[in-house]
Amino acid sequence: MDMKVAKKLGLKERYTMMTRDLAWDTTYQPMDKVFPQVTYEGIKIHDWDKWEDPFRLTMDAYWKYQAEKERKLYAILDAFNQNNGHLSVTDARYINVLKLFLGSTPPLELMAGRGFSMVGRQMVGAGPRVACMMQAVDEYRHCQTQIHSISNYNKFYSGLSEFAHQQSRMWYLADGKSFFDDAITAGPFEFMVAIGFAFEYVLTNILFVPFISGAAYNGDMAAMTVGFSAQSDEARHMTLGLECIKFMLEQDPDNLPIVQRWIDKWTWRGTRKLASVGMMMDYMLPKRIMSFKEAWEIYFEENGGALFKDLARYGVTVPKCFPQTIEEKEHITHQSWIGFYMKPDAMSFHTWSPSPEELDWLSEKYPNTFDKYYRPVYEHWAKMEKAGKRFNNKTQPMNCQVCVTTVKYNEPGDPMTTCFRESIYKGEKYHFCSDHCKEIFEHEPEKYIQTFITSHQVLQGKCEPEGVDTDAPDFKPGSHMMEYWRLDPDVQGDFNGSLDQKNFAAWRELATKN
Amino acid sequence: MTMDLRTITIQPLRQTFGHLARRMGADKPASRYMEGTMDLQPVENFHYRPTWDAEHDIFDPRLTRIVMKDWYALKDPRQFYYGAWVLARGRMQETAGADFDLADEQGLAAGYSAEGKQLVNKVLLPLRHVAWASNINNSFVSAYGYGIAIAQAAAYASMDQLGIAQYITRLAISFEEIDALNEAKTAWLNAPEWQGLRRWVEDQMVMQDWFELFVAQNFVLEGLLYPLVYEKFNAKLNAAYGPVVTMLTRFQREWYAENAKWVDTVLKAAAAESPENKAVLAEWVHNAKQRSIEALTPVAEIAFGADANSIMELLVGQINARAIKAGIGA
Ligand SMILES: [Fe+2]
Ligand SMILES: [Fe+2]
Ligand SMILES: [Zn+2]
Repeated sequence: MDMKVAKKLGLKERYTMMTRDLAWDTTYQPMDKVFPQVTYEGIKIHDWDKWEDPFRLTMDAYWKYQAEKERKLYAILDAFNQNNGHLSVTDARYINVLKLFLGSTPPLELMAGRGFSMVGRQMVGAGPRVACMMQAVDEYRHCQTQIHSISNYNKFYSGLSEFAHQQSRMWYLADGKSFFDDAITAGPFEFMVAIGFAFEYVLTNILFVPFISGAAYNGDMAAMTVGFSAQSDEARHMTLGLECIKFMLEQDPDNLPIVQRWIDKWTWRGTRKLASVGMMMDYMLPKRIMSFKEAWEIYFEENGGALFKDLARYGVTVPKCFPQTIEEKEHITHQSWIGFYMKPDAMSFHTWSPSPEELDWLSEKYPNTFDKYYRPVYEHWAKMEKAGKRFNNKTQPMNCQVCVTTVKYNEPGDPMTTCFRESIYKGEKYHFCSDHCKEIFEHEPEKYIQTFITSHQVLQGKCEPEGVDTDAPDFKPGSHMMEYWRLDPDVQGDFNGSLDQKNFAAWRELATKN
Repeated sequence: MTMDLRTITIQPLRQTFGHLARRMGADKPASRYMEGTMDLQPVENFHYRPTWDAEHDIFDPRLTRIVMKDWYALKDPRQFYYGAWVLARGRMQETAGADFDLADEQGLAAGYSAEGKQLVNKVLLPLRHVAWASNINNSFVSAYGYGIAIAQAAAYASMDQLGIAQYITRLAISFEEIDALNEAKTAWLNAPEWQGLRRWVEDQMVMQDWFELFVAQNFVLEGLLYPLVYEKFNAKLNAAYGPVVTMLTRFQREWYAENAKWVDTVLKAAAAESPENKAVLAEWVHNAKQRSIEALTPVAEIAFGADANSIMELLVGQINARAIKAGIGA
């Protein structure tokens, strides 16, 4: 008996038997044919065994924990739906947060899932492979639980029904799509920096904490529960992203400049993508949690700053865009909401002009910028609306060739001037929203000349619904955009006067009257 | 914030999402499987070509010879979206965990005959590497397959295979046969009886057509291997040495019965689509069968000695019958 006790495995050893020890170096097929993608990005890995497993979860434990979480989650969703939980949200304007969220987030969770499946297939080490595959199925979970929690809202409110169709067609969803398309078409290591590190580690809190607390503050138990439940997976995802960065940097000093460039690139791309989250916090939540500026200070400047201090021992420096994002935090949410407000007929969620109390809140939260630059715009628009002439801009926007957002942000140091940059490549001119995007383009022009920019594609007749004859003599490109998007007429126009507004008021009255 | 709401019934404006209503041909409630699966993968307006494969789109139907009008016809009869999958596996692991605990507490494994253990070590333990290969191969299908119906089910299957590799490992730990795990790995890498199988799974790892890989790995190889080991070999151990191994391989048996339904349904849908698909599938099944028989016969010989060939023939008959049922022909 004693001998057998001596043979008992330690936890780490046991986990090694359960994962790495299953793998072997192939000999009937060369390893570089079995794992063909791990060298072309220039990352040098000498010893995959040096990978430190960021968490040790065997499948039986994974199934056990996740099943417990899922049981609770779906019980809450069912109860919320059965009791018309949607009527307990603060105000029907809140539902527009869900419209924007459903269009932008579950499709990207799914892309994360597919991306991690790819990286999970391509990594040579068994440790990172297993962690990536586990994250892949987690991301399926996030995509599906988000859809399941919003599914019931779709039965009662406009603008949710066509999210699957719109994910690849809607102009304002193109920034998120380009972000994930960019990451997934990069090699496995860049994907890990883009999604595993920049997105999951540096920026995830600023995406999810406001969304979850926003849901909680505004009475949406369903979205809140889904968000909290996903957070418990994120803890694993974050450690994976961080371990991957450390692993690359420890393997070879030549990896540092490559990794640093990716960190710079993806932190910037992520920052651009998160402008719409900030807009949700400052403008769309009927009951605010905190301003985007405050969130940025806590989650990015403080937490992110501490993280990069920690990584300094590997030679990593703070992302190049850091100072610019700090300057922009006082502007971008206002510029974003203004941009969306101007397009009431071309979106799958409603916009509205802030109430006088909300304007005051914004003044208080943005003392340096709001009254000076943005309040006058809103006051002017409120006047126009009163006069029955709600502002509606029908001109085509200009888009950044890299991040695809409408070029609308200001010149660094000069809030009154819009920032434009351009670059000529093979005789063609390309436009950018910022120096950072221009630099990303110039490093990999062959990739970024491919970007699908809706406003250009429309003119070429590439955004037409099925059945339109683009060769017909009277064909006018872009004249069927509503059908191309399958845009619900009920979600067009201002929130004030919308069907959602009327229905919510009527149903709520029914449900609360004695 | 909580609010007191009276129970009222309000008329929904619609029953489901637009893409699901169009699929069902009517606006009616859709299952959570459908909501979490159908039409979710982007199919158009990709921004960039992969830097690792500039000839194709990020998701590209041309990555396989199978052609489908609707890739969501490759449905999972178990209707596994993540939640359903994880609940099913959660229940199975609970039972398996209890079985292992019982075996440990009661010293059942320790009491297993030395001769039986030797046979288990020789036949069963190297199979954790085969499960690992299946994990890799299913992760390829989940990565490059077209449409979420097949991609998600393959992602779950790859995790299931990792679980199976771990259950085999755990059986060895339970039997206090750590050294035997090392010996089994050495056999996997060097012993002549295992090289045919190792060569075959390594060849699968470089197959480029994900659907062919799906057929070779999930339908043919597993279709022979699981009945061989977890039915036939298990029955032999059971009769000779008692039911402990049966108990500690319950997960694999239950899993195989369930997973095979998914595999058969996918093949059936693809074969029903066109005579061209049917012909391609038949070709793949034929090739994979030759390779799998060659690879598995030496393993069957370790397990059954002189009876190996007749057992293999029986199992090939079963695969042929499944192929016919799936509309492929034998
Ligand atoms: Fe996620
Ligand atoms: Fe995540
Ligand atoms: Zn840009």
